[in-house]
Amino acid sequence: MDIKVALVGNPNTGKSTLFNRLTGLNQKIGNFPGITVDKKTGFTRLDATRGAEIIDLPGTYSLYPKSKDESIVFQVLADKKNNSHPDVIVLVADASNLKRNMLLYSQVADLGIPMVLALNMVDLSAKQGIEVDVDKLAEKLGIQVVPISARNNTGIDQLKQAVANTNKIATQNLEVDVNFLAPEAINAIKRHINADNDYYALQVLHQHEHLTFFTDQQQVEIEEIEQSHGFESAKVQAAETIARYKHLSTILSDVITDKGTAKKFSFSDKLDGILTHKVWGLAIFLLILFIIFNAIFAWSSYPMDLIESTFGWITAYGHEHLPAGMLTDLLLDGVIAGLGGIFVFIPQIAILFAFISILEDTGYMARVTFMMDKIMSKVGLNGKSVVPMIGGLACAVPSIMAARNIENWKDRMITIMVTPLISCSARLPVYILIISLIVPQETVFGIFSKQGLALMIMYLVGVIAAVAVAWVMKFIIKTKERSYFIMELPIYRMPRWKNVLYTMYEKSKTFVFEAGKVIIAISIILWVMASFGPGNRFEKIDQKYAAALADTARNTTHIETLVATEKLENSYVGILGHFIEPAIRPLGYDWKIGIGLITSFAAREAFVGTMATIYSVDGGDEDSVTIRERMAASVNSKTGLPVYTFATGISLMLFYAFAMQCMSTVAIVYRETKGWKWPVIQLVYMTAMAYVAALVAYQLLK
Amino acid sequence: MKLSHLKVGETGTIVAFTDLDMSVKLMEMGCLPGEVVEVERFAPLGDPMAIRVAGYQLCLRKSEADVIIIQ
Repeated sequence: MDIKVALVGNPNTGKSTLFNRLTGLNQKIGNFPGITVDKKTGFTRLDATRGAEIIDLPGTYSLYPKSKDESIVFQVLADKKNNSHPDVIVLVADASNLKRNMLLYSQVADLGIPMVLALNMVDLSAKQGIEVDVDKLAEKLGIQVVPISARNNTGIDQLKQAVANTNKIATQNLEVDVNFLAPEAINAIKRHINADNDYYALQVLHQHEHLTFFTDQQQVEIEEIEQSHGFESAKVQAAETIARYKHLSTILSDVITDKGTAKKFSFSDKLDGILTHKVWGLAIFLLILFIIFNAIFAWSSYPMDLIESTFGWITAYGHEHLPAGMLTDLLLDGVIAGLGGIFVFIPQIAILFAFISILEDTGYMARVTFMMDKIMSKVGLNGKSVVPMIGGLACAVPSIMAARNIENWKDRMITIMVTPLISCSARLPVYILIISLIVPQETVFGIFSKQGLALMIMYLVGVIAAVAVAWVMKFIIKTKERSYFIMELPIYRMPRWKNVLYTMYEKSKTFVFEAGKVIIAISIILWVMASFGPGNRFEKIDQKYAAALADTARNTTHIETLVATEKLENSYVGILGHFIEPAIRPLGYDWKIGIGLITSFAAREAFVGTMATIYSVDGGDEDSVTIRERMAASVNSKTGLPVYTFATGISLMLFYAFAMQCMSTVAIVYRETKGWKWPVIQLVYMTAMAYVAALVAYQLLK
Repeated sequence: MKLSHLKVGETGTIVAFTDLDMSVKLMEMGCLPGEVVEVERFAPLGDPMAIRVAGYQLCLRKSEADVIIIQ
């Protein structure tokens, strides 16, 4: 039978690299039941007969969690009934910084689960002049210790062998007998929950509130024991940490020999001197941002065009060769179009995550956080919010996924909530169309194009709004988690290209499968609403134009467009457009713009296409000159005044700048926050903000 | 003296903490009483700061360094 193996270790110890080495592409991401933390599992062969399920637990410095992700580690290790509870723990430790890494070992070991210690980066530590006497360490700990280098793929087979050889009963020596820290309380808990492990009982005293496997009744009883014995969590934890480090000092004193302390950090230090320099550091950071932004914007356009034209071709080919009818239409215009809408994001997601993964792997990301934390923390964000917010200029979807790197829950939520306010590339066609309608093609001081300036102002509006909302949310969102910025700055290293590829693949796959479900569903709903109308309205339109269409001598393209337009007006979406007209009239919009707003919920780009259909022009972006002319010429049927005045244009652009009109973003926020609460809040606040901004702008300018 | 008052390149030995909750997190990261810390650099805007402790580089906000008393 396969055994379950959990990888446990500090962040930056190469745990994920080891996980990828062991499992290859044979891995999947699921959820820990009831908790919003990703669970990475994979499979590996230990030897000819036995296999192992590998579970990659979140990196942590101790069993006392600082974030939600970290809390899963004790949860899984403590609960024997948890289906991720391991038979064997592989504790991954960085050999070049063994003492701090061994604190976690010492805690985990005392839980009494069979263990193997994987000493990673032995090559690196040897280079730094640190030698670890592996045999002596193994003897002192009472378990197998395997030196490995996950990066260079050495020692992996020995590690597998060690796991296969591990006893079912834990052999490690007790690190610290914690009973002395709070004897009465520990003994009371042991009796009460029928446990025999002192350290387990102590941990239960500390963090039972976060443990989901106790019943409410048990929680109350544990709390009573805690109260009646005057258990002081922080004090006991401090005493335990000191006791563990003291014990580790004696264990490690004749295991580690350090010969080269003097110069081992010189390279990293010199690099830090430049990369976090007051002037150069910021300049280099801006340059890197520019490269990333440019890559997401420019490089992705080729594969995106290819994906779009492929899906366009499939749709056209399908319409030609499949029997005409409702099912075909649903399949092609609903499902296939929806799929196209998902796949088109893959290039941007893959490129953004390639960069993020390189920046993290090299250790540069930690420095970005270090440099930006001061500014970002002022408005309720975190140094780590910089990357998602910059990525938001291209597309909010991969950027919101990137916010996962932010450990602090509140900082992460605020980042997710404000990232869609940054003007993404989908708003660009809308801005361009409207600016060309309302801003004259003139220059200021003979050099700056007024239209270009208008576009830049729209981007600035987005950034300012994001910062302002973040600042407001800082006061609204409550959390018990204290915001810490105690963070390791890992030494600089070369990126592991295989990890980069894994990340690109994994993030794209997650997006397609998770967000995809919701996008397909909404696409189908939109298609149905745009393709059907109540009663026999559609048949009447068909009858009206039947004669003209039957006339083969005439070019029927124009008439077909007329039919499409009239049908759209009479479809459920069109009726909805008329229905919401009273609500949007104060913003300066008519029902046609209303339809544009509704279809734009699927994706903002849909605005141009919808306007094209409504204004009876074939095609999308390519024909925007003609759409523009028709839009510019259109007049309000009631007042006889032009629809697209300066006031309406500004109002419409502000609406697009703030409104959450992107179902992919809604879907990804749902996926990232694992519930509907946050996407709904986001949808409501952004729409409200868009409405108010558009209303004020129109009423002031009209 | 507080750790946050040290200048770049200066070293000190941790003697105590003024905040119990924060001390627990700091000790987990290797900032134990008796350890020698060296200030490596400050971020471009003066906060946070990077220190060398227990053989690696740790960064923390000045407000967090305030709770560390050194000698």
